[in-house]
Amino acid sequence: MSREYKTISQIFGPLMLVEEVESVKFGELVQIRLPSQETRRGRVLEAHQNKVLVQVFEGADSMNPEECRVKFLGHGIEFPVSPDILGRVFDAFGHPKDGKPEIIPEKKLDINGSPINPYARDYPNEFIQTGFSTIDGMNTLVRGQKLPIFSGTGLPHPQFAAQIARQARVLKEGEKFAVVFAAMGITFEEAEFFIADFKRTGAINKTVLFINLANDPVIERIALPRSALTCAEYLAFDLDMHVLVILSDMTNYCEALREVSAARKEIPGRRGYPGYLYTDLATIYERAGRIKGKKGSITQIPILTMPEDDKTHPIPDLTGYITEGQIFLSRELHRKGIYPPVDVRPSLSRLKDKGIGQGKTRKDHSDLLNQLFAAYARGKEAQELAVILGESALTPIDLKFVEFADAFEDVFVRQGEDENRSIEQTLDLGWRLLSRLPMAELKRVRDAYKEEFLKPLLQEAGVAAE
Amino acid sequence: MGGVGRIIKVAGPLVVAEGLEGARMFEIARVSEKKLLGEIIEIREKLYSIQVYEETDGIGPGDPVYLVNEPLSVELGPGLIGSIFDGVQRPLDALRSQYGDYIVRGIESPAIPRDKKWHFEPTVKKGDRVVAGDQIGFVQETKTVKHKIMVPFGLEGIIKEIKSGEFRVEETVCLLTTKEGDKRLNLLQRWPVRKPRPVKQKLPPVEPMVTGQRIIDMLFPLCKGGTACVPGPFGSGKTVVQHQLAKWCDADIIIFVGCGERGNEMTDVLIEFPELKDPRTGDSLMNRTVLIANTSNMPVAAREASVFTGITIAEYFRDMGYHVALMADSTSRWAEAMREMSGRLEEMPGEEGYPAYLSSRIASFYERAGRVKCLGQNDQSATLSIIGAVSPPGGDLSEPVVQATLRVAKVFWGLDDAIASRRHFPAIDWLKSYSLYNEEVDLAAGREIDPKWKSNRIEAMRILQKESELIEIVRLVGFDALSPEDKLTMEVAKSIREDFLHQNAFMEEDTYTSYPKQFKILNLILLFGKYAARAIKNNVAFEKIAQLPIREQIARAKYIDERSLFKFEDIEIEMKQQFEELEEKKEGVIS
Repeated sequence: MSREYKTISQIFGPLMLVEEVESVKFGELVQIRLPSQETRRGRVLEAHQNKVLVQVFEGADSMNPEECRVKFLGHGIEFPVSPDILGRVFDAFGHPKDGKPEIIPEKKLDINGSPINPYARDYPNEFIQTGFSTIDGMNTLVRGQKLPIFSGTGLPHPQFAAQIARQARVLKEGEKFAVVFAAMGITFEEAEFFIADFKRTGAINKTVLFINLANDPVIERIALPRSALTCAEYLAFDLDMHVLVILSDMTNYCEALREVSAARKEIPGRRGYPGYLYTDLATIYERAGRIKGKKGSITQIPILTMPEDDKTHPIPDLTGYITEGQIFLSRELHRKGIYPPVDVRPSLSRLKDKGIGQGKTRKDHSDLLNQLFAAYARGKEAQELAVILGESALTPIDLKFVEFADAFEDVFVRQGEDENRSIEQTLDLGWRLLSRLPMAELKRVRDAYKEEFLKPLLQEAGVAAE
Repeated sequence: MGGVGRIIKVAGPLVVAEGLEGARMFEIARVSEKKLLGEIIEIREKLYSIQVYEETDGIGPGDPVYLVNEPLSVELGPGLIGSIFDGVQRPLDALRSQYGDYIVRGIESPAIPRDKKWHFEPTVKKGDRVVAGDQIGFVQETKTVKHKIMVPFGLEGIIKEIKSGEFRVEETVCLLTTKEGDKRLNLLQRWPVRKPRPVKQKLPPVEPMVTGQRIIDMLFPLCKGGTACVPGPFGSGKTVVQHQLAKWCDADIIIFVGCGERGNEMTDVLIEFPELKDPRTGDSLMNRTVLIANTSNMPVAAREASVFTGITIAEYFRDMGYHVALMADSTSRWAEAMREMSGRLEEMPGEEGYPAYLSSRIASFYERAGRVKCLGQNDQSATLSIIGAVSPPGGDLSEPVVQATLRVAKVFWGLDDAIASRRHFPAIDWLKSYSLYNEEVDLAAGREIDPKWKSNRIEAMRILQKESELIEIVRLVGFDALSPEDKLTMEVAKSIREDFLHQNAFMEEDTYTSYPKQFKILNLILLFGKYAARAIKNNVAFEKIAQLPIREQIARAKYIDERSLFKFEDIEIEMKQQFEELEEKKEGVIS
């Protein structure tokens, strides 16, 4: 196994072909030694008789076929884990990037993991409070869900994601919580923002960071989310923690995948992305979830910037088919100066119905969110109509809804960067907004709830007016 | 075991081996010492390409390949109902109890439990002559499903001996004297998945499939034995439509194939189905369901096999004389698995990288549906319906999988993003969708429910079509500029959309609507339109009509209990009265 080969015959893109090798396996980890004593890593992509195709994670810069020595390590890529990984910063292979010593591993885990048996899955139904009204109130996140943020370049998704990581908690006491953050191809400044934020709030001790910056080797990004999720699985299912995994930015990951695919001369699918992009993304996203009989859970928030804000681009499109909903950040709201610029209309949490209601949030939650959604959608529609026909074309009722939509954006959607709203505050705020509309127009809420939650507000307002 | 070959190439799920002389196409091969399951999909100059149904990491050139001399097959017998299998029929519940929470490689467990005893009741006696497909007895598998034991394909003869009592599936229950000597029959059969099970004759579908979903049953119905295609972008509710049909359609057996979709969705089915009651039998829905789960992160080659595994099990139940419905969610993932294997085989691609044989493969799958006359002497008829979801990239219906499916599927339920984003569910686009079974259903429902079924359906479609034209005008000049007649059409169309087509799958009172009730709701709305049109002719102001209190009752009509449908008559009477009052008073008459 420890034989070293000097038989590289071709180097192209991030790939190299090694010949005259013996008993090399598919998926094996490869070590490449350069004359400068630098070592790089690779993975066997194809083994054909005594030739193997190797993907070099650090890229093939300054490699020469004659000088490099290749060693096959006899196993796939493994990640060393131990409880000490919390509070540390790693690259895709588990080497520290924070200047502190290497981890003494309790065990090493294959980063590809294995698919969870669908029969072993437990259904995600526990409410996570993120402190954002637009998420908690309208698109509720539950434990074990994968809910991506569809953003665009220049939108404040780093602040938004960091605030979620900072504020997210479950309503039960005494649970262990951890954050795994995987930075793929983001800039130094953006990564620094996250690290500084985690340090400022003390969350860093409960966080494992995986960093591959924009100027780091591109192909390493293919391994990075897998290492991060391996680590998350260890924390969740071995150490009983509730893990929030933030993957930023999936667009960069997909581009790395496209680079390898192009170098292999594979038949491209849409926009040059490989035909297996869906399957590949699924092996990442599907690692979220809960397992019957295990305490911990993995909740994923992947962030992706949609090229040209186009949601039919293959990356958001395929992501939407795998994940359980999406949170849309809107450029229009951002321009209006509203933070977080979440557009609740195209946003969706598929699992929200399982996480809300009596005993989880509050009994009126479902009715209230449907009513808020309907009223906001109606207000926005009326606004659009007013743009064409002028405001005078609107009925007095429609004008009320237009006002409501503005207030909704201003009061409900907008919140401060340190404003952490409890679910009760969010729901009460929702009722307060609804009280601006005529009672008869509120068809989605049960009369009993109007009586209980809306009447007191109206009376209060009446008293104030007197 | 047959021969042993040697691997020369590994590229993801594709393994190429040599030294397998004598192996046939689509036979099973066991790859490496781990005995990973694979299937031979190409033979070229003594090189055998094998698609492997498990991850191939750690496999390399030089590793052995074993031949089994059998094509990929499924096991058929008592124990199927209520089970959950992966794409190659490994039982996921047994795998979990034996190997833990993750699906690791090279694990195996028989699809049908061998040690469980079933009570076998014979229906033939010594001396009876039987042919293939004839029932020799049955096992009461669940409260509702009588699992009929049939003479396997290719056998016929005289019953020499038949037993009754408790048996394991592999124990002999019957001795059959054939021309080739005595044969032992047990409760278990095997069948290769890629080969359709034979029938005596195929017949055109005639009987409506009742799904309880109003837009489907009334406007775009499916017949038992028919095929339907449900394309839609993500978030448009494909899976909810599939789940609703699996829950409420009036088939006897449901096969649900989760093909390359979310793991949590299968968990949802597993948790929800056992709790739900079949509206016809009162028994748990799980007691008529078989689940095939090959989630998106499970090996891609097994995804390719999963729809065939599902349809073969479905055909087996059809052969017993049952009405079977198969839901495949989603066939796009299946097509993508085909594309991936095709790419690795370095085949010349057709459209968008899909193999050139995509449409013929899709057609051969959908053609396994149908109403048939089963094998056997008593000529019973049975049906197999297929409802396939398609996930077109970016919601673009011009892509190859949708187009290939539309060429063979008879019903098209096109889900629309814009409708879904208005939270109108099911988001089936009433203008784009169609059904080629309208005639059959009009005939059956006209006979059994009401002769007006057909005219009402056509009237509803006409109003919806008219509305779409009027919307364009309203966009330009505003609602107020419309004539009272057009305003009324818009109002009635809105009522059809909101009070009839809109259906809340998660609300107990609304999730299922019977045929008679569907007819009554739509009839009520159209009746309102009729009265209102007359009132407008009599110069009653449109605004007055729109504000009639009866509207509230029409909106709530869908929540009327199935057992008190007589209430509809009360509403009709009241509606008539309200209109009469309106016309007498002639308030707000335009002078």
